[in-house]
Amino acid sequence: MEAVPCRSVRHHQRASPRLIGLCWPRVAPLELSLLKLAPWVAFLPCDGAVMIHSLFLINASGDIFLEKHWKSVVSRSVCDYFFEAQERASEAENVPPVISTPHHYLLSVYRHKIFFVAVIQTEVPPLFVIEFLHRVVDTFQDYFGVCSEVMIKDNVVVVYEVLEEMLDNGFPLATESNILKELIKPPTILRTVVNTITGSTNVGDQLPTGQLSVVPWRRTGVKYTNNEAYFDVIEEIDAIIDKSGSTITAEIQGVIDACVKLTGMPDLTLSFMNPRLLDDVSFHPCVRFKRWESERILSFIPPDGNFRLLSYHVSAQNLVAIPVYVKHNINFRDSSSLGRFEITVGPKQTMGKTIEGVMVTSQMPKGVLNMSLTPSQGTHIFDPVTKLLTWDVGKINPQKLPSLKGSMNLQAGTSKPDENPTINLQFKIQQLAISGLKVNRLDMYGEKYKPFKGIKYMTKAGKFQVRT
Amino acid sequence: MAASPAYGEEKGGSSSLGEPEYGHDPASGGIFASDYKRHDDLKEMLDSNKDSLKLEAMKRIVAMIARGKNASDLFPAVVKNVACKNIEVKKLVYVYLVRYAEEQQDLALLSISTFQRGLKDPNQLIRASALRVLSSIRVPIIVPIMMLAIKEAASDMSPYVRKTAAHAIPKLYSLDSDQKDQLIEVIEKLLADKTTLVAGSVVMAFEEVCPERIDLIHKNYRKLCNLLIDVEEWGQVVIINMLTRYARTQFLSPNQNESLLEESAEKAFYGSEEEDTKDAKAEAASLAKRKPYVMDPDHRLLLRNTKPLLQSRNAAVVMAVAQLYFHLAPKAEVGVIAKALVRLLRSHSEVQYVVLQNVATMSIKRRGMFEPYLKSFYIRSTDPTQIKILKLEVLTNLANETNISTILREFQTYIRSMDKDFVAATIQAIGRCATNIGKVRDTCLNGLVQLLSNRDELVVAESVVVIKKLLQMQPAQHSEIIKHMAKLTDNIQVPMARASILWLIGEYCEHVPKIAPDVLRKMAKSFTNEEDIVKLQVINLAAKLYLTNSKQSKLLTQYVLNLAKYDQNYDIRDRARFIRQLIVPTEKSGALNKYAKKLFLAQKPAPILESSFKDRDHFQLGSLSHLLNAKAVGYQELPDWPDEAPDPSVRNVEVPEWTKCTSREKRKEKVEKPFYSDSEGESGPTESADSEPESDSEESGSSSSSGTSSSSSEEEEEEEEEEEEEGSGEQSEDKEGEEEEEKRKKRKEKGGLRKVSPRITPPLPQPVPSSNIISTSLVTDLEGLTLTDTSLAPALLSPAFGAVRTYELLHRMAGEGLSVEYCFSRRPFPGDPHMVAVQIQISNNTDAEVKSLRVSEPKLLAGMRIQEFPEIGMGTVVEGRWDTVAALCFQRACTHTRHFYVSIQPPVGELMAPVFMSENEFRKEQGKLTGMSEITEKLTLPEKCRSDHAIVQQVTSAANVGRVPCGADNEYRFAAKTVTSGSLVLITLEWREGAAAQLTVNSEKMVIGTMLVKDIIQALAQ
Repeated sequence: MEAVPCRSVRHHQRASPRLIGLCWPRVAPLELSLLKLAPWVAFLPCDGAVMIHSLFLINASGDIFLEKHWKSVVSRSVCDYFFEAQERASEAENVPPVISTPHHYLLSVYRHKIFFVAVIQTEVPPLFVIEFLHRVVDTFQDYFGVCSEVMIKDNVVVVYEVLEEMLDNGFPLATESNILKELIKPPTILRTVVNTITGSTNVGDQLPTGQLSVVPWRRTGVKYTNNEAYFDVIEEIDAIIDKSGSTITAEIQGVIDACVKLTGMPDLTLSFMNPRLLDDVSFHPCVRFKRWESERILSFIPPDGNFRLLSYHVSAQNLVAIPVYVKHNINFRDSSSLGRFEITVGPKQTMGKTIEGVMVTSQMPKGVLNMSLTPSQGTHIFDPVTKLLTWDVGKINPQKLPSLKGSMNLQAGTSKPDENPTINLQFKIQQLAISGLKVNRLDMYGEKYKPFKGIKYMTKAGKFQVRT
Repeated sequence: MAASPAYGEEKGGSSSLGEPEYGHDPASGGIFASDYKRHDDLKEMLDSNKDSLKLEAMKRIVAMIARGKNASDLFPAVVKNVACKNIEVKKLVYVYLVRYAEEQQDLALLSISTFQRGLKDPNQLIRASALRVLSSIRVPIIVPIMMLAIKEAASDMSPYVRKTAAHAIPKLYSLDSDQKDQLIEVIEKLLADKTTLVAGSVVMAFEEVCPERIDLIHKNYRKLCNLLIDVEEWGQVVIINMLTRYARTQFLSPNQNESLLEESAEKAFYGSEEEDTKDAKAEAASLAKRKPYVMDPDHRLLLRNTKPLLQSRNAAVVMAVAQLYFHLAPKAEVGVIAKALVRLLRSHSEVQYVVLQNVATMSIKRRGMFEPYLKSFYIRSTDPTQIKILKLEVLTNLANETNISTILREFQTYIRSMDKDFVAATIQAIGRCATNIGKVRDTCLNGLVQLLSNRDELVVAESVVVIKKLLQMQPAQHSEIIKHMAKLTDNIQVPMARASILWLIGEYCEHVPKIAPDVLRKMAKSFTNEEDIVKLQVINLAAKLYLTNSKQSKLLTQYVLNLAKYDQNYDIRDRARFIRQLIVPTEKSGALNKYAKKLFLAQKPAPILESSFKDRDHFQLGSLSHLLNAKAVGYQELPDWPDEAPDPSVRNVEVPEWTKCTSREKRKEKVEKPFYSDSEGESGPTESADSEPESDSEESGSSSSSGTSSSSSEEEEEEEEEEEEEGSGEQSEDKEGEEEEEKRKKRKEKGGLRKVSPRITPPLPQPVPSSNIISTSLVTDLEGLTLTDTSLAPALLSPAFGAVRTYELLHRMAGEGLSVEYCFSRRPFPGDPHMVAVQIQISNNTDAEVKSLRVSEPKLLAGMRIQEFPEIGMGTVVEGRWDTVAALCFQRACTHTRHFYVSIQPPVGELMAPVFMSENEFRKEQGKLTGMSEITEKLTLPEKCRSDHAIVQQVTSAANVGRVPCGADNEYRFAAKTVTSGSLVLITLEWREGAAAQLTVNSEKMVIGTMLVKDIIQALAQ
């Protein structure tokens, strides 16, 4: 009888003209909000199923600076839908990773200020594409050291060759960076010089055999004069600390990154003093899973060079030692246009180690016009446009705790902001794995020589937030 | 930097679309001003006979393609270079060709012959790359050529080429779908392939060409399950998704007992309706009649073999396994995926986005699963908004009576966030918690009312909407709140909120009799300036007030209706007209007038606030369709479980006798075929334990080898130790212990990741000579005996087994997981007494199946013969044989993928067989073999070798000789004859005082004699 208003406010505001039925590329793409999605019709022409049809690389200013097609060419106008979504999202990270357009689906990842947009036409697990795109970025990073627009443009031919090898007809072919490096040599300054003189090329002149072996991640015939294996145990603390300083949630996420430069086909085993600490692990494919299951020993034939051996998780059930505390006093007074701001950072459970590289960032409310602060050490910047406060503290001296004090100028006339800023903390502690994880020993089998072994521990802040 | 310096134009970083295509290349830009000339230049470079110029040109062309510029007019010049020797030029030409062939079909045909030639290349990588490019050229005219090439490649020796063939299938299919039937044949063939390399690609082809032909999977199902862990990660995703669908059609629901009960419970939760419970009862009754559920072993196999993949570093694999478990596993087992999914939340935000969407759907169905990880979904101020909202959704789904207070406390923090969209979503979430959990309804409502005084209008508006929904549940108790909200109409401008307040006041005007008319008065005043949605509610409010309180509101109502009558929006005009007819009694007004009050003020059911993720699980999780909540093109519906299980025997595989198969397959096979079960009866208990699905809680893949029934994990350690001291330890393990050779056949399994290899009877017919059964001890006993055999042909004796040495033929590192050892069994070779038996033991240290082991192209020195063993599967014990004195023998062993060059160097002592003769005979023969045939050497015996026993042992281990009895204490005699030629070899060792000794060897084969002396001395010196 009567319309009961029950739609949410959000939707109402966003409602854009909704087109039903036929939609051709000329018309505006439908909004893709997360809660409500236009049901897409099945009349789309299906020209052969492929996984990834095309890839566009788009920079921050919206230029498509590289395109690659693995099948028929898809016009770059398809990216217009992406640009619209980009406009709608206030920040780059809010662009939805999956956008549906009348004829295609656009899956994108945003890294290093570049959007990697994959165009697909048919059903495919979205994570498949997203994971692949991330792998592409990782490969570029591995090849060029950094993955930036300038780097990609400088090395456009190598990039193209790499992409050609990574996908065949839209399906991943060679994604192991070891194999790729055998197929296409990464550019180095030396090689570039040599190439210009001798006229030789970056393409490997030997056909790679890695793809054919049972250890596809390792090249054959590796030779080093110094045989060395370094392992970095890096732990990150993710924590949310509440106003009163008590821990709401804290978890440790760890990784073991390895740099292994060993001759031949070494077979390594790495054992821990306390493997039970590891609650959830994921391995590089080289790790023998059964051995871990039965003995809690990492047994593997390592890839050559840098790789991530293991990532692990120390569960929230275990008590996590929080190495720092933040004392804060942030006050907006109702009457005056001045607010008080004061934070102090101090060490807590650090096992006798120094906390370094401390950096405090905080997003201040819109009402804050400016801040006049004095740090007891380090430097601070407040950006009045983005309202971001950054304080680079450096090392914490337990005798003289670093603090940042001062006042905030608030917009006159408006009432005080009702939200308090969150404080994000970064820090590093060398030679400490906060979970207490310890590597017991590293043994090598299968080769005769004695390798040089090194293990380093480090604890870092992950997503470490203090609510105020 | 890879691009040569001339390529510097790209360095500027300017890539604006409008920039002219050419002409700013610092190296050549000045010279070639126009497009035309520039292309001429490129053509010239391509035509030159210098590779470096060609390369330079190709690089520039590829860069043009990368930027999306048109380079198609260079086609003829480029295509000429397709046969270029320079590999990088060639690669770039391929890139170009694949890009433009479609546009220049005729010219593209020029390149075809090059690829056809490439298809015949002896190098597998070249064959593969030729097929890859050929199939990527989308020119319909070459369809028959492609078809032929694919068919050929599908039966290529190299699995890498077969993989490429699998990749080519969907390409051809998209070019010409008429080829489907032929392609299905190829797919069928490739599905039967047993290499991990091919598996992922062919399933991908299957999914794209003929996903409906589920029957093709039957025979390969078990193989795919077993291979899964070794397939490359992308292939794993495709296979897991396909197997999910397969399992849904072939097995029964593991939750059929619980599902109904569970459903009814869920329904009751969302507002119980009596019908449901009745239904459930009826169904439960019918359920009781059904036979108890037993999981198909194949179903169990799938679950078990996918579980380790939850540990994969690839998020797509983890998600694929998670959805498989969600859709296929018994309810009690689904929980294992939660931890892995939570782990993915640490990944990139795009991964989080997809994972959270799936978690949101799962958390509705199986809330308990994620409850332990509640805190992992807490929101950080730095999360992107879309992630925040998804986490909120999950938190809301997880809320229950026990954790609601924690969650609400958390929500309170969120409400003070700076991200207003997120705050609005939080308010809605609070509303949902309040409707679902009665206990906290009042608390939530109070909290929301407090938000009404928030400064942010958006927050207030959202609160109003949510409060309205909550109040509908129990309006009577909350007239205060309604009053409070009525006051808000002055301030709130958000139309939806205004409309909500008006509706609320109208609906419950009886609770606020004094305020309601006043609100109407105010609204009448501002009516023309309101939004449509508000206007409609003003009319509603007016109508309701007219019906309940006509005295105060009659005039106001008429005023409002008059305004509405001339409104621009015709919905509003219609509404006004309709309401006027209904509520204002006139002569003409019909029977409905009497019921107006009932019509307007009927009890209205409270809205149910539910998740937008409810019922999304009818899409396969992890799919694009699920993410979009709409069917994507090419989406394969996830079928419902069948009521009756289809015949499980379709998955049985006929295994020919020598076929290589994994133990599991083999085991299954044995059950069905009594042929196997009598020979390996002990596998019985293992089988029965395994076939009971529920009891089978062992970690995935830990199947026990069919030979020994103990679990493999224990065995591993033992076996690894035994590797070094190859020997008696194994004997105890071998329960049967009847055949000596049996113990050497035992599989050696090392390393963590590998499947259990089967024990397969050696391929050669092995009529075990009775002498083989003589135990070691018996042989030693015999050594002491004097055989009074006077015949001239001395009896050949079975050798002493005490110290059989094994030699390494192929190290497992060099062999990429395959290790080969050999030893000389010192037994007469059954087929030909003039050959030396070499026992080769091949162990597979990988988890991949190794097939087609064979000796290819043995390089033999003159006079050597080799009797090859037939192709075998992994880990079979093989005896090969040599028949001559040669010291060196090269052999090229190969598996189906790889060739390994190995060489067997038999010590000379192994090329003979012991002979027994009496002391006299020995003397007589020795007398014949003097002079050139006698070799004498002095040596010193080390400390430990100064006993009879030690000397005999060392000599017999160095050479396959038999001891000849001897009168003198300090003299030892041994005799043997070479296997091939039958010439005698006599050894005499005289032990003088102390450590000195003298060794004499008499043999007409002088080479053998010299070598033997050397070997024996070395053995004794050790």
